[in-house]
Amino acid sequence: MAYRHLLAAQVRSQAQYRASLAVDVTGSVLFGVLDIVSVVVLFRVTPTLGGFGFAEVFLMTALASCAFATADLMVGNVERLRQYVRSGLFDALLVRPLSSLAQLVAMDVATRRVGRVAFGVVMLVLAAANAPMELTLARLALLTVTPIAGALIFGAVFVATATVAFWWIESGEIANGLTYGGLNFTQYPITIYGALFRRLFAYAVGFAFVAYYPTLALLDRPDPLGAPTFLGYAAPAVAVMAAVAAGLLWQTGVRHYRSTGS
Amino acid sequence: MRGDDSLAPHATGSRAPSYRAYLALAAAGFQRYATYRQATVAAVVTNSVFGFLRFAVMLAVIDAGTRTVAGYDNRQLATFVWAGQGLIGVVLLWALPEFAERIRTGDVITDLLRPIDPMSQLLAADLGRAGYAVLTRFVVPVVVGALVFDLYAPRRQVTYALFACSTLLATLVCFSCRYLVNAAAYWLLDVRGPQTAWTLTSGIFGGLYFPVWFFPDAMAIGLIVATPFPSVIQIPLDILVERGSPAVQLGLLGVQAGWVVTLLALCRWVQRRGERKLVIQGG
Repeated sequence: MAYRHLLAAQVRSQAQYRASLAVDVTGSVLFGVLDIVSVVVLFRVTPTLGGFGFAEVFLMTALASCAFATADLMVGNVERLRQYVRSGLFDALLVRPLSSLAQLVAMDVATRRVGRVAFGVVMLVLAAANAPMELTLARLALLTVTPIAGALIFGAVFVATATVAFWWIESGEIANGLTYGGLNFTQYPITIYGALFRRLFAYAVGFAFVAYYPTLALLDRPDPLGAPTFLGYAAPAVAVMAAVAAGLLWQTGVRHYRSTGS
Repeated sequence: MRGDDSLAPHATGSRAPSYRAYLALAAAGFQRYATYRQATVAAVVTNSVFGFLRFAVMLAVIDAGTRTVAGYDNRQLATFVWAGQGLIGVVLLWALPEFAERIRTGDVITDLLRPIDPMSQLLAADLGRAGYAVLTRFVVPVVVGALVFDLYAPRRQVTYALFACSTLLATLVCFSCRYLVNAAAYWLLDVRGPQTAWTLTSGIFGGLYFPVWFFPDAMAIGLIVATPFPSVIQIPLDILVERGSPAVQLGLLGVQAGWVVTLLALCRWVQRRGERKLVIQGG
């Protein structure tokens, strides 16, 4: 497959500079560590956060961290679309008989981000072991499916926010508010956010399904905000909807693309 | 910038470049950032979104029972978070390693040919940039925070003056740290490693993600005195929310000033060593 070749070529080329790769992978792991450290430090000064204890928030953070890291590894570099549109290089992607989005993703994959994914998985195992729950087959399935669905939701957000560049090239770091901001948001129970902000991030974008609802389902806890229990299992459906929406947005953007003059 | 007479190479020699050259560089720095208005809009929107996210976490910590956390009450934390979101833009916590790129490509040679050394050129331009950021990137998040939440306003008049001094010193500390990260390119060419290290440490030990007083007291004091990171975000904010008496605040300013002197001297030394090491690539 053409995409596989593109991807393999990228990974091979990045692996040539071993010292650089080692430094980058270490950095990537440390960003993962930072997510966890923040939670640990917060629980030094408070016993609960939004009505949840450390074990519960730790599980949410681990789920969010896994999901984000995976999406960042796979499609995080789609934010470079800005440079492609600015320089007109995007034309080169359009004339090839492959999907422009898939090419962009395959050409810019950041191998170094494997570090954060690996660390996230380790943290998820620890958090699951530490959480007050019995590990049944159903829970194991939920624990496996949730980060994948979460990654799809984050991936959709990465793509959707990058698409803004088709209309607004100088959008700068505005996408970070939803991508990195999304990671920040999903790490903690949604009960801590103000009503308006929660509606926007948790429901409109779907971030509540990355970690919050699945954690409630895993721990058999009712939602303090009164949402029905089945939402804990709805992440895959939400993820598919998010991905479809992002795909449609991308297509609209590509149709809107008018290259850069001379 | 190149057309400016005050920057002409013949000004070299024993005579120090006039203050007008520095002013011109600072004005250029101001103008450069004032030109990209959309980028400023994008930055303040992003900073404000993170203001909501970060303050929600702080509120949750406060709501969990105690009236104060690590010595901050509700309104102090609000000011801490929102002024902090503004301060990011003033000190420019995260910047692309432009100077490192100039070293890598060899463009740095044009900087070296000018009558002012590269570090002073960059510093003057950075202060101009910070001046623009005070008017835009600092004001917007603070206004957004003030509209939505109850911010703590300083009770002592002198606090405003102290905060202004502290912000200037913070800008100098942050500039020096960024400069050192960039100057690593003299030896490494690729500065992604030092850049990542700076991003990580400045955020977590500087008071951006949470006040350093959330760490054990001994660790917080150690960080403030023995590392430059809290001098960038934490100290100006502690001065603004009037944590401690005016005497303590003067002491904090002293810590910052100490770091400014140390780091600028270090920058100068690194620059001199780096120039000796420099090999201009290509022919």
